[in-house]
Amino acid sequence: MPATLPSVLVTTEWVAQHATDAGVRVVEVDVDTTAYDQGHVPGAAGWNWTTELCDTVVRDIVPPNKLEQLLGKTGIDNDTTIVLYGDNNNWFAAWAFWQLKIYGHDDVRIMDGGRKKWLAEGRDLSTDKTSFPSKTYKAKSPDTSLRAFLPEVQEAMKKKAAALVDVRSPQEFTGEILSPPGLPETCQRGGHIPGAKSIPWGKNCNDDGTFKSFDELRALYSAQGISGDQPVIAYCRIGERSSLTWFALKHLLGFQKVKNYDGSWTEWGNLVGAPVEK
Amino acid sequence: MKPEDYSRRQQELGGWQVTIETYKLGDVYHCIIANVDPGARFARADGPTREEAERVAIEKATRHLAQTRKFEV
Repeated sequence: MPATLPSVLVTTEWVAQHATDAGVRVVEVDVDTTAYDQGHVPGAAGWNWTTELCDTVVRDIVPPNKLEQLLGKTGIDNDTTIVLYGDNNNWFAAWAFWQLKIYGHDDVRIMDGGRKKWLAEGRDLSTDKTSFPSKTYKAKSPDTSLRAFLPEVQEAMKKKAAALVDVRSPQEFTGEILSPPGLPETCQRGGHIPGAKSIPWGKNCNDDGTFKSFDELRALYSAQGISGDQPVIAYCRIGERSSLTWFALKHLLGFQKVKNYDGSWTEWGNLVGAPVEK
Repeated sequence: MKPEDYSRRQQELGGWQVTIETYKLGDVYHCIIANVDPGARFARADGPTREEAERVAIEKATRHLAQTRKFEV
């Protein structure tokens, strides 16, 4: 990575040394919301993406007042360095990162390799639920330049105003399956948004869960014509895998105009009359 | 506590490639099963032995995988 970019990544060793430092808060966010209870980084908080990182009434990201409460009770204020990690190579850690950036948190990072690497290295785990002294957090106005909504995606498809990157598996992209194996189907039609390029999220990562190097990532995307010259919209099924790709494009490659379409295939694949390519 | 007896392997289950990850923490074995592509955890179980944790997790995973339909493309 170039010297200016990887400040958003920290190593497992850095976390082992600094997890309980004043001004640092480590937070685990998993796809499997029970994973935290099976052992977590000592001193880490755990956030549940299904209840704490979304609006549970309207389908939407976490509302600002709810985020402020969550961060406050996790002992986080606006100056805290937040270090996120999780299972599945940081899918939902990236989801949390994306939302924290939408609400303007300055210093948020991801533990490279996530839970997988921490476990594989045999590092300490704790099953204690840590409590934190409450702090006051003030969210900034949402930065909508990081998030794509349906009308913008429809426009991008029609006018090729942005490159659409489908980060799901090739079998989901072609419509052979409607959801990842073992997970419930959440759409009426399979396939992809016409014109989207298939660049599965896993291609961003090495076998140990860490992100690939700047040069490898640049080669991966430029081979598909994604160079940062034009806006990019990433999508998946519910927006978490695509937040990992958004992270790689925006914060590791430094592309300026990258949005995550969190409506993703659960929106497009259920939309009456939406064009679908297989 | 340090995780002990950590293992991670891939195998086929119900026609799908899955990753089975198991470790012991304290007195409990934890087993997690994820699909290889895209890599999502979809079944887990705990048990007093590796065999028991993996047996239950594999049972759950097999049930879930049986519901995944494939379509002609």
